[in-house]
Order: sequence, then C-alpha cells, then structure tokens
Amino acid sequence: MIPAHGGRLINRLATGTQREALLARAKAAPRLKLNARETSDLEMIAVGALSPLEGFMGSADLAAVVARHRLANGVLWAMPVTLSNKGLGALRTGQDVALEDEGGRLLGLLELQERFNCAKDNEAQGCLGTTDKSHPGVQYLDSIGTEYLAGPIWATDLPKHDFANEFRLAPRETRVLFKAKGWNTVVAFQTRNPIHRAHEYLTKCALEQVDGLLIHPLVGETKSDDVPARVRMECYRVLLEKYYPKQRVALAVYPQAMRYGGPREALFHAICRKNYGCTHFIVGRDHAGVGSFYGSFDAQTFMKGLDPAELGIQPLMFENAFWDKRAGSMATSKTSAATQPEDMVMLSGTKVREMLRAGTRPPVEFTRPEVADVLIAALADKVNAPA
Amino acid sequence: MPDHNHKVTVKIPRPLYERIQQVIEESGFSCPTDFIVFVLRDIVGDRALEKADPGAGARPAKTNEEIADIRRKLHNLGYL
Repeated sequence: MIPAHGGRLINRLATGTQREALLARAKAAPRLKLNARETSDLEMIAVGALSPLEGFMGSADLAAVVARHRLANGVLWAMPVTLSNKGLGALRTGQDVALEDEGGRLLGLLELQERFNCAKDNEAQGCLGTTDKSHPGVQYLDSIGTEYLAGPIWATDLPKHDFANEFRLAPRETRVLFKAKGWNTVVAFQTRNPIHRAHEYLTKCALEQVDGLLIHPLVGETKSDDVPARVRMECYRVLLEKYYPKQRVALAVYPQAMRYGGPREALFHAICRKNYGCTHFIVGRDHAGVGSFYGSFDAQTFMKGLDPAELGIQPLMFENAFWDKRAGSMATSKTSAATQPEDMVMLSGTKVREMLRAGTRPPVEFTRPEVADVLIAALADKVNAPA
Repeated sequence: MPDHNHKVTVKIPRPLYERIQQVIEESGFSCPTDFIVFVLRDIVGDRALEKADPGAGARPAKTNEEIADIRRKLHNLGYL
C-alpha cells in the first residue's frame, strides 16, 4: 500500500476516554466558529486526508508553502491550511481554543501554538498566482479576518452532513477497501462537476492502466454557480449504475472546499488522494481552474515539473476529450484525426445549461441520458422552488 | 548475532539523489548516504515512539475491531 504523504497517516479524531478528556477541556476554553472551508479542513486533518498536517499551519509552514510549495521541513505541499481568528482577543499561546461549526456544534480543540498576521496579497500571489478580486480564492481571503491561529487540533466529532453520508470514506477506510479488493494500483478522479462523456472517457482510459478507479467528487464548499454536490451525487450514482464495471470502481466523497487554485490545487488534490491510498491521479484540462486565470495545461505543466519520487503519486495527464464523428468514438486531439469542429461533438457549458433549462437532453455523444435527466429535474426543481 | 555494520545497497531515482546532493551542501552531511540514513532513522524512530506511546501524537492505526467496522460499512455500500 502506498504510504501516506510524509510517511505517516495522521489520525486526529479522538475517541473514548481521550475524547471525554478533550470535551472537558473544551468546556473551559474560548469558542471559535469555523467557516465552511475551515470546517472541511478540520475534518480532513482529523481523518488524515491532509497528512502530514496535524493542525492548522503556523507562520513558518505558511511562508514555505507560499514561497516554494513546501512545508517548513521541506516536505512537498501545495496550499495553505489556515484558521482565521474571529474576534477572540485575549488568547495566549499554549491555551486551548474550542472549535465549533457555523451552527455552534463543538467539533474539537485547537492547542494554540502561534498567532500571526495574515499577509493576504503575498499568500494570494504565491498560491493562486493573482491578487485579482474576482478570483474566488482572493475573495475568500478578503472575507476573513487579519490574524491566523495555528497549532495541532483534535477533533471530538466530525462535521455533520445532510447528504451522501454513506459515501464519506476516510483514508483509512478507502485503504481497507483497496486492500480488500486486491487493488494494488488505484487511480483517483477529482471532480466538482457532473461526469459527461468526456470525463467518463478519461476515467476509463485511466482505468485501463490500473486495478481500480476511485470516483472522488469534491463536496466541500464550491462557487454558488457550480452544480450542487447533492445533485452531482445523483448524477454519479445513475452513471455508475449503468456504465461502469462495479467490481473495478468505487464512489466516495471528498470533503475539501475548493480553492480554485489551478496548478497548486492540482498538487493539493493529488497529495490528498495519495493519503486516501491512491497510486495515480487524473489531471485534466484546466484542473481546478476558474475563469481565465490559468492556462488550459498550466496544472499539467506544473505537475510534470515535480520530482516523481517526492510526489509519490503518479499524475495521469489528459487532453480535452470529445466525440469524434468520423471515428464514431470518444477521442482527444492526441488520438483523433478530426481537426474541424464539425467533425467533433463538443458543447460549451453555456450551451449545455441552456439545453438543460429548456428540458432538452444534450446529444448522447455529449452526456448520458440518465445524467441529463437528473440535471433537467434538478434545474426544474430550482425554477419551481419558492423564492 | 546480527552484524549491525553490514550495509546494503538501496536504489533511489537519480533526480532525487542529485537533489539531495544540492540539499546537503554546507549542511554538515558528508555525502547523500549519511543524509538518507539520518532521515530514515528519524522516520523509523518516530514510528517506534508512536507504538510505545500512542497518545503522544497521532492515534495508532487501525485495530481489528475498527477494520471489521470499516468492512461492514464497505459491504453495505456494495463494494465488498
């Protein structure tokens, strides 16, 4: 089994008497409300998805991540995992801070090691490649306070979710799954969209090379105009039911909140999937991109520049896929003789949304009818929902 | 008695070896091998400590009971 990033799968989810002791400590501690991203991050730290992190980053780690995509100890890393202060004034290092979700439910404890000021522009430029206020990651930084709190955490409870709970598999659970299945090599597919024919093709091309496929949709916070995770889960379910081999494919959800960090986030996604026990990771066109902030293949170029031994999980790069009318099959520019748009079935996101809103299924060469029907129904529900 | 001075050859990717050569410049390590042995001992030492005192850092990995629970969950999903 592939080792976790940094060599050790972290488990910061307390149970039994340790949990009881932490709950007692939390009663005496000041309480800090986590936002949606921080709540996702706490869950991921607790279950080991962010191994080797054991808590929220301090200034040395953050500076190293921003400047050279590494932790302070030199281990390859991609994105900040930080906790913003929200008005707690009289804090001293060494004390406990109780962490709660947006509804006030206790999630765990931070053992405060450091308080330090955010350098937001520096962080945005280093990790997102921009300080443009229209970038969702920059908007996030603008939305938080000016101070970070850092230190190891213990989770006493994981965040509660109101959908897909049976598909919430922690890294130690996916690792048991892969071992039980006898999958020595597993490719992970990260997605925050419904899977249409193009991505179905990529995942199947990848599966041709390995023992198993983990469809691992991100279900943490995304932009408001992304298809909601609950709807996507239904799309994945109907797609897998009919079009994928059950004995070779597993669906589980990935609780991270999107950073829209392009190349850096591709690395982040890959490292986390290594922690889930995957050996390969699909990097497609404009991975984790948003708008026109990154070039179509920036993420792939960045990943290719990393030392494979240090990364430890093998990226599988793919170009954009489409239906090749002349060949009568899915293809990419690498495998197709088609050069003219009229020889390909490729639809823009805008066009697809128009069709779905009108209750029209896009062509079967673009998306499976079962997936189209889920999206059409979801859009109709949205239109008919009371304001 | 095991011979603790006996050495074996371990192959690592050349780019990693070359990177280590750069990393150890003026660091006090005389060669990449010394550095690699130091790092590996550090990691192995961590694991030994973890076994001796599971409450000290991360909790230990899975117990048989936890694995049985995980297998039940995976079975209910239809994966096993």
